Amino acid sequence: MSPVFLILAVFTLASAVGAMVLRNLIHCALCLALTFVGIAALFIQLNAEFVGLAQILVYVGAVAILIVFAVLLTRSSETPPSDRVFSRSWWLGAGVAVVTLSTILAAVVRSPSLNRPEAKPVSLTVKTIGTELMTKYILPLEVMGLLLTAAMIGAVVIAMRERKP
Amino acid sequence: MTPLPAYLLLSAFLFAIGLAGALTRRNAIMVLIGIELMLNAANLNFIAFWRYGLNPQVLTGVMFVIFSIAIAAAEAAVGLALIIAIYRHIKTTNLDEVDAMKG
Repeated sequence: MSPVFLILAVFTLASAVGAMVLRNLIHCALCLALTFVGIAALFIQLNAEFVGLAQILVYVGAVAILIVFAVLLTRSSETPPSDRVFSRSWWLGAGVAVVTLSTILAAVVRSPSLNRPEAKPVSLTVKTIGTELMTKYILPLEVMGLLLTAAMIGAVVIAMRERKP
Repeated sequence: MTPLPAYLLLSAFLFAIGLAGALTRRNAIMVLIGIELMLNAANLNFIAFWRYGLNPQVLTGVMFVIFSIAIAAAEAAVGLALIIAIYRHIKTTNLDEVDAMKG
C-alpha cells in the first residue's frame, strides 16, 4: 500500500466524517468540498486524470457552492444549542449503515478474485475520451444533455417565487 | 503498489458514512450531502475496477463515472431547489417537522 494512498484515504475519510457530524452546516459544506478534493486526487492516482479534473470542476466548483447557497437561503447554518442535530430514530439509521458496511466489508475481504495486479498504465488522453464520447457513446451523451436541460429548467421552476393568486 | 481491495474498502467506508449521515441527520440539506457522498463512493469503485480490470483500454468505467457525475449535478440542483421551495412554504428544513401529509 503506497503512502500516498494512505494519506489520501485518511484525509478523505476524516473530512467525510466531519461533513456528517459537524453542527454548523457551512462547516459541513466545506468539509464536503475537502472530501471531493480527496476523491479527485484518488482518481488522478488511478490514472483517470480527466475524471479527477471533472470531479473538481463539477463537485468542488458547482455542487459545494450550490449547497452553501442553499444553506444561506434557508437560514439553517446555525442549529440552536437546544436543538437536536440528529433525528430521534438515529440509532435505526446508524444500525442500517453498520449492517451495510459489514456486509460490503465481508464480501470484499472474502473474495479471492479481487487480488489481481494493477493493469499496466494506459495513456488516457482527453482526445481518446472525446472520440469515444462522439462515436460509441453519442446517444448517452445526447440524452445527458437533454436531462441536464430538463433538470435546470425544472430547478428554476421549482425554486421560482410563486405568484400570489 | 496499492491493491484493489484497499480502494474497495475505502469506498465502502465512504458509502457507510454517507448512508449514516443521510439516515440520521434532521436537516434536509445534510441528507443531500450524504447522498452525494454515496454517489462519490460508487464512482471511486467504478474507476478502481476500470484500472484493475482485465481490459483498461475499453473506457466503460471512465464513461460511466463521467455520466454519473453529470447525473449527480442534475440531482443536486433539483434537490436543493425542492428544499428551498419547502423552506418557503413552511419555514423549516428539518425533515421531522415536514409532516403535513401525515395521516
